[in-house]
Amino acid sequence: MSRLTGNRFVVPVLGVLLVVFAALLPRLDLSVPGVLPGATYTPGTLQILAYGFLIAALALSYHLIFGLAGMLSFGHALFFGAGAYGLAIVLRRLLPAELPAGVALLIAVLVTLVVAFVIASAVGALALRVTGISFAMVTLAFAQAMNVLVRRNTGGQTGGEEGVSVTSAMVPDVLIGVRNSANLYWIALAILVLVYLATVWIESSRVGHVAAAARENELRVRVLGLRPYTVRLFVFTAAGVLAAVAGMGMVLLQSGTTPRVTSADFTLTLLVIVVLGGVGYRWGAIVGGLVYTLLDKRLSDLASSDLIASLPAVLRIPLSEPIFILGSIFVLIVMFLPGGIAGIAHRVRSGGESSHAH
Amino acid sequence: MSALLHVEGLRARVGGQQVVEDVSLDVADTGVTALLGRNGVGKSSTIKAILGIIERDGTVEFDGRPIDRLRTDRIVRQGVAYVPEDREVFASLTVEENLTLATRQAAPNRGLVDELFPELRERARQRAGTLSGGQQQMVSLARALLNDNRLLLVDEPTKGLSPRLVGEVTRVLRTAAEQTPMLLVEQNLQVVREIAQDVVVLSGGRVVHRGAALEFLDDQDLVHRHLGVAA
Amino acid sequence: MSTLVLLLITGVGLGALYFLVASGLSLIYGLMHVLNFAHGAFLSLGGLLGWEVGRRVGDGTWGGLLVSMLVGMLVGALFAIVTELVFIRRLYNRHIEQVLVTVGIGLAAVALFEGIWGSDPIITTKVPWLRQTTEVVGARVPNHIWLLIGVAVVVLLAIVLFLRFTRFGLVIRAGVENRTMVTALGIDVRTAFTIVFAIGGAAAGLGGVLASVYYGNVSAHQGTSLLIYAFIVTVIGGLGSLTGAAIASVLIAVLQQLANFYLGGTGDLIIVLALAAVLLVRPSGLLGRAA
Ligand SMILES: Nc1ncnc2c1ncn2[C@@H]1O[C@H](COP(=O)(O)OP(=O)(O)OP(=O)(O)O)[C@@H](O)[C@H]1O
Ligand SMILES: [Mg+2]
Repeated sequence: MSRLTGNRFVVPVLGVLLVVFAALLPRLDLSVPGVLPGATYTPGTLQILAYGFLIAALALSYHLIFGLAGMLSFGHALFFGAGAYGLAIVLRRLLPAELPAGVALLIAVLVTLVVAFVIASAVGALALRVTGISFAMVTLAFAQAMNVLVRRNTGGQTGGEEGVSVTSAMVPDVLIGVRNSANLYWIALAILVLVYLATVWIESSRVGHVAAAARENELRVRVLGLRPYTVRLFVFTAAGVLAAVAGMGMVLLQSGTTPRVTSADFTLTLLVIVVLGGVGYRWGAIVGGLVYTLLDKRLSDLASSDLIASLPAVLRIPLSEPIFILGSIFVLIVMFLPGGIAGIAHRVRSGGESSHAH
Repeated sequence: MSALLHVEGLRARVGGQQVVEDVSLDVADTGVTALLGRNGVGKSSTIKAILGIIERDGTVEFDGRPIDRLRTDRIVRQGVAYVPEDREVFASLTVEENLTLATRQAAPNRGLVDELFPELRERARQRAGTLSGGQQQMVSLARALLNDNRLLLVDEPTKGLSPRLVGEVTRVLRTAAEQTPMLLVEQNLQVVREIAQDVVVLSGGRVVHRGAALEFLDDQDLVHRHLGVAA
Repeated sequence: MSTLVLLLITGVGLGALYFLVASGLSLIYGLMHVLNFAHGAFLSLGGLLGWEVGRRVGDGTWGGLLVSMLVGMLVGALFAIVTELVFIRRLYNRHIEQVLVTVGIGLAAVALFEGIWGSDPIITTKVPWLRQTTEVVGARVPNHIWLLIGVAVVVLLAIVLFLRFTRFGLVIRAGVENRTMVTALGIDVRTAFTIVFAIGGAAAGLGGVLASVYYGNVSAHQGTSLLIYAFIVTVIGGLGSLTGAAIASVLIAVLQQLANFYLGGTGDLIIVLALAAVLLVRPSGLLGRAA
């Protein structure tokens, strides 16, 4: 009991300290050899960390759908893509208006949010009419449709396979160039914090409780006179909008985007991340996103290293495919470590008792 | 009399709900033991838990050997046949295919089944899904009786049948019980009176009464209290 | 007129390819409630190894192609059996985890194939006759379409006969309807799981070889891209229904061909919309039982 009341204060304080620490990183000279490519103030490292934050934010939004509401969606990349493409396209359309860059960005962000909201609620309203595997398939189908649209350069807006780019003319100068990578890093961090707080708020709200209850036992929720549909739609839409926020961060961070972020593979990656971190754990999604990003990066570096090149083919080929290694780790986690990283931590803390999220 | 099936402290959950709380019962190695109780008290769930169709905890011993960790098909292959509550015939398969599927031994009791259910032979090629409820019940019983079993678990075989068919099914059950001990869930107390020797009564997932069938049925108070009806 | 005929016939040919993938998916889902994301990897491996062996036996000859097809089936079946025995079986009845495991296997396997065979498509040599065309009411139909259709029909017949006339077929049909009751009759339904995986894997592996004939190349990714269409076909046909999968394969492929030609290359989009429409109007698919 004392541990519980203790946690009520310890967790937020710890969280705030972590965020402050993360915010200070661009001003610090810390090195973690083998994990980060360079000292924490270097643009390369900041870029990777920022990328990890945005992936973590995206994973958090997916956690709302999969972990909280228990819905297996294969279409979450759709909303991330909507945010990324939406922002870039609206910014370009605003360009001739010659607004101050800051104002244009603000307008573009708002417009994209509205668009994401409309798409998410429309897709959700349709997809949630079915459940289970059918739901997974409809979401996959919608995401696939989006993927087809952007790859086709529909209306000449999405740039086909090339994707779209955000040029220096479209955004404030403080967001452009290697010199300003700390600014983009802070934006990514802010997005992660924002998405985290939104997730906490949704999970602890009445809607969140009902969504979790409907995951366990739909019948009981119906008996209580609540419609699981409405609640799920809210969660689905909120998760979609939050994913779009992460997507907007990504298009700014990378000065553009390609159709890859709308692909089914990208959603599958997201699933891998959430399972890696631990299904049902909020911080599992964050840790999963960061670990995945760093692992992916390190494994790619490893693949092109001399060490690997000198190995015989049986070892060289598998080890030079990051996705092979990540996929294998994922399979092992699903089979032997339900609960992922967060699950391990949880078991260690509760002294080896097996336990599940929630 | 000794127990063929011994159940102790059985618990089971369905859909996140504890529906079998703590059931202990014995099934004698001859005759019919009836499992009674109002609707929804967990009779069917108890049987499913014994068979491992739903996840369960507790001790289940069959002929002195524990079976509570075994998979359903292993339990059945030890000679425990199951006639489920809602017949559960394979609707898209023919009557013949339903029976073939259920056959576990080289020489099935085709003669017995043909004798008990002459109608089924005429309808061998009909899809089971197009049979009437009574005919489906016959298929379901026939699937069990085709094999030489050591125990029958029969769940509400007379549910929804016309009085004439109830009589028919009762006759079949009595014949079967001469060979094989049976745990029978039954709402029709007349049927219970005719063929059961012992009763076990459930309420709220627990056993609330155990004893000889006739003694229980003749005690109006007891019947009214546990089943809410007059015997 | 001749264009329409050509589109219809090539549509059926493409549908034959979809069917080879979708038939296994549908059977596996029907019996086990597992949507198998590794199915595309079965196809890719079948195509790649079939090509490796076939070209050594006789590149661009009927003998080589026949050997490719046999190897493809065998490889697909073995890969599928291993997947079922080593991974799926241990997660018995935990459907979400089973789906996740197949996702992981699919990702990892395709990455490995890329490592071995590279990520660019490898051009294959066709049997001369397959490179020619045959005229049908004015339309010049590529001969490889006939091969695809022929093989798919044989596979469909073989599976139907297997399901109808063998003991395992009976168990599978019953299991698709009510798996619990099959076990309650004393049948170890897990053997049937392995069998449907083997059948599905063999069909997919064969599909891999035929895909290399159809597209004129093999690649590690071929399975993954076909898999999405096969999913759509499976769901539209009704999960678990073999006939549904066959009908939907042809319908979808023809629709796709027509839309690509007459509606400015919108084939992919049209079938995705068709999926959404079918699911909303009839969530259990064309021939699926009501959920
Ligand atoms: N799939 C399920 N989901 C939720 N609750 C269930 C499920 N199956 C059974 N139950 C509940 O479990 C309880 C026991 O059910 P069970 O079928 O064992 O009762 P029973 O005694 O056989 O009733 P009856 O005489 O009506 O057949 C009931 O309250 C029922 O509502
Ligand atoms: Mg019952």
